[in-house]
Amino acid sequence: MTPQETVERALALSEADDCIVIVDEGSTANLRFAGNTLTTNGVARSSQLTVISVAGQGVGVVSRAAVRPDQLAGVVAAADAAARDARPSDDARPLIEGTSLDGWDREVEPTSIEVFRDFAPALGESFAAAEASGRRLYGFAEHILTSTFVGSSTGLRLRHDQPTGRLELNAKSTDMSRSAWTGVATRDFTDVDVAALDATLAQRLEWSKRRVDLEAGRYETILPPTAVADLMIYLYWTAGARDAADGRTVFSKTGGGTRVGERLSPLPVRLYSDPAYPGIECSPFQIAHASSREQSVFDNGMRLGATDWIADGTLRNLLQTRHSAELTGLAATPQIDNLIMTGPDGGRSLEEMIASTERGLLLTCLWYIREVDPQTLLLTGLTRDGVYLVEKGEVVGEVNNFRFNESPVDLLGRVTEVGASAQTLPREWNDYFTRTVMPAVRVPDFNMSTVSQAN
Amino acid sequence: MRQIDPDFLALPLRRLADAALQRARDLGVEHAAFRLERVRAETLRLFDANLEGSIDADDLGFAVRVIKDGTWGFASGIELTPEAAARAAEEAVRVAAVSAPINREPIELSPEPAYSDVTWVSAYDVDPFDVPLRDKVALLSEWSSGMLGAVDHVSASLMQVKEQKFYADTAGTVTTQQRVRVHPALTAMKTDGDRFDDMRTLAPPVGRGYEYLTGTGWDFPAELAELPDLLAEKLKAPSVDAGAYDLVVHPSNLWLTIHESIGHATELDRALGYEAAYAGTSFATFDKLGSLHYGSPVMNITGDRTQEHGLATVGWDDEGVAGQSFDIVKDGTLVGYQLDRRMALMKGFGRSNGCAFADSPGHVPIQRMANVSLRPAEDGPSTDELISRVERGIYVLGDKSWSIDMQRYNFQFTGQRFYKIENGRLAGQLRDVAYQATTTDFWRSMEAVGGPGTYVLGGAFNCGKGQPGQVAPVSHGAPSALFRGVRILNTVQEGGK
Repeated sequence: MTPQETVERALALSEADDCIVIVDEGSTANLRFAGNTLTTNGVARSSQLTVISVAGQGVGVVSRAAVRPDQLAGVVAAADAAARDARPSDDARPLIEGTSLDGWDREVEPTSIEVFRDFAPALGESFAAAEASGRRLYGFAEHILTSTFVGSSTGLRLRHDQPTGRLELNAKSTDMSRSAWTGVATRDFTDVDVAALDATLAQRLEWSKRRVDLEAGRYETILPPTAVADLMIYLYWTAGARDAADGRTVFSKTGGGTRVGERLSPLPVRLYSDPAYPGIECSPFQIAHASSREQSVFDNGMRLGATDWIADGTLRNLLQTRHSAELTGLAATPQIDNLIMTGPDGGRSLEEMIASTERGLLLTCLWYIREVDPQTLLLTGLTRDGVYLVEKGEVVGEVNNFRFNESPVDLLGRVTEVGASAQTLPREWNDYFTRTVMPAVRVPDFNMSTVSQAN
Repeated sequence: MRQIDPDFLALPLRRLADAALQRARDLGVEHAAFRLERVRAETLRLFDANLEGSIDADDLGFAVRVIKDGTWGFASGIELTPEAAARAAEEAVRVAAVSAPINREPIELSPEPAYSDVTWVSAYDVDPFDVPLRDKVALLSEWSSGMLGAVDHVSASLMQVKEQKFYADTAGTVTTQQRVRVHPALTAMKTDGDRFDDMRTLAPPVGRGYEYLTGTGWDFPAELAELPDLLAEKLKAPSVDAGAYDLVVHPSNLWLTIHESIGHATELDRALGYEAAYAGTSFATFDKLGSLHYGSPVMNITGDRTQEHGLATVGWDDEGVAGQSFDIVKDGTLVGYQLDRRMALMKGFGRSNGCAFADSPGHVPIQRMANVSLRPAEDGPSTDELISRVERGIYVLGDKSWSIDMQRYNFQFTGQRFYKIENGRLAGQLRDVAYQATTTDFWRSMEAVGGPGTYVLGGAFNCGKGQPGQVAPVSHGAPSALFRGVRILNTVQEGGK
């Protein structure tokens, strides 16, 4: 049974007032390596059927893997029964009316281990080169293809094919005392030059041969795009309109309401999402398998377009369902699966930013980022895989790691330079979010709260 | 004792295993394992006593893992037919072949006795999936309503998982297992002037059934009755003065510190560098086994995959190794690691202590955490007695924010409630508290551990590790414990305010 047939049959079987059927067909291939050798690998397939039945304002959601044709009626009946049994849902709204996108009938083409046919030998060559030069390579390469089919009793027939690829490459000295990291997001691995990436890591390990120990304190710091991505993703994930309206987050206004319309940065910073952004394309319609505070199953199929979260340094929109948009009186702007940040025109490259630094720190990436205080969005975490001291425009050595305590919202108000934006792989959050375009930023007083002995 | 569900046993478990393992043998593998899993999870969330969302989902499929010419190969499938199982075995061998050029360490496994057709079921009374959704919603709604009025908002959630695994390998082991876990949590929220704060229940996730919500193992009505007043007190509490304090840490907070600074630090794959690019390594490197002064002499840590109601408790792990209990830290010294079969052989342990786990049929088993726990002192003090030994300190309850570096040295934790201790007595709550330390400094500063009466089994459903990312449930038991001279931060000041 094809996923398209599954959608049609499930919709026909449902006896609820309304019904949405989502089929996710997934395939993955991965290689993991450590110390210049393979450690694990694998290929996997998945097929998940989610039936969302609506009875009055009640909703029932049942999701099952690998459903056979003879099991379909049982899954639909369970969702129908759950809907009839449910209390009214606050977010209940009329389902999105029928729209369709091209490609509904096309067959699903899974990925396989063959996606690494050229990459794996190249990686093997890099292992050999690293071994000969006293470096050890660690990392992970993964390719995922997910085809999502959304059909509804109101006529939706939408399909989205999402390729997601990532490579993380980490080089260490043989005594493990020095470490450098880089990562790339890719749609198909044809654009990944592992030798070039390894060369950048080799340069950074050279930088780290001179060690400079610094105390905790506030330092002028250049955050590279991957670190900015991790901080901005956290900001994005906590930008739910309902939580803001309930007074729970950094986007809550003192005395009630939200901070939409408030200036967060003196610079013309823009933070936005756009499903059509080249290279980081994502679903142009809403896909919600279950309702939460930030998404509603009733909004499935809602078209998504370019959405400003912050524009000209001012908070413009929050993550919304149609329900929360009515509650807050703001635009219905659902979450989108990519994130782009830009600064003023003419932003400089990371190399130019380093060259113009009198004395400061250059980070590689951030790690183990966790929320300390939701009302200020104070986050804590660690620097990782290379903190470099820049003096008179040049990297002069590697500094110890630090634990930081900073709020990305507060940082937006203190950033003094925003560099040129480029596609980057977030270090910490790339298990969940890979599609970002980010700049490097300069912070005059980044709070390094304590020294970490980790290297 | 509960039995394994008949509808899982009715799946073609052995036919698929036989087809996969025979095909792997035909292709000349050194070792092959077949695993078929069904993991059912239901989550429901309420806000202000109204259902906000629920989903009842399962994951069903099988995996074949082989060692061919010294290289791992892994493939999984979802079509439950012998033909598909045999194809997965072929694909696993193909994956091994593509991977062979980048494998420089031939894979071998430590020996383990074969267990022929054995079964195990976790300790629970009521299958949460036998309880109608409306009854669960009604109970959480009733609990939430009971607090509304005294607080502004209440969120409530209930996660329930039933995990069923069938495993067979070419050595002859065949195991069938089923375990159940639940995690109810409620958070009260309140604003007082410009201040907003929240407070969550301390009830831990457990390897029990729905009986956990109806009086077995935790008294939810009693905890919920106290929550509004505790939150009101927290909102009016003074902000902490940063500095060094003695801490008495309740197990509802200490479990997470154990998890991060001991549990992960004593995973041998981390210590050997196999997680170096992602989760990180460990300061507790292999050369320090038997000599590392991890903590004070009252520190005794065990790894355990047999503890009743533990979230990491199993009969056999995902490499067919029997669940065991073992020492990790004894009298303050590092004496053991958590192992899988490859690591056990590589470093001369002889036998794995059974810590391999995969969170789904689509993922490979990797070394995951046992229930890693701090042993209480026989005839040890009560929590009140520990507090009475402190002149100027803080009593910490409940977990909240956590972060630790990639070698497990430097950590920072917050909590649900912090009480000032003055001259051996509690003197009201404090706000804006975080404690920050280096792992060995912290555990060496542990002056005393409480007695068995203070012991609580905490834990989490969602410990993350590995690439592709996997989540594992794990419990950590601890008594209350007394630490001297720990650095306390004021989180508002840390934010530059």
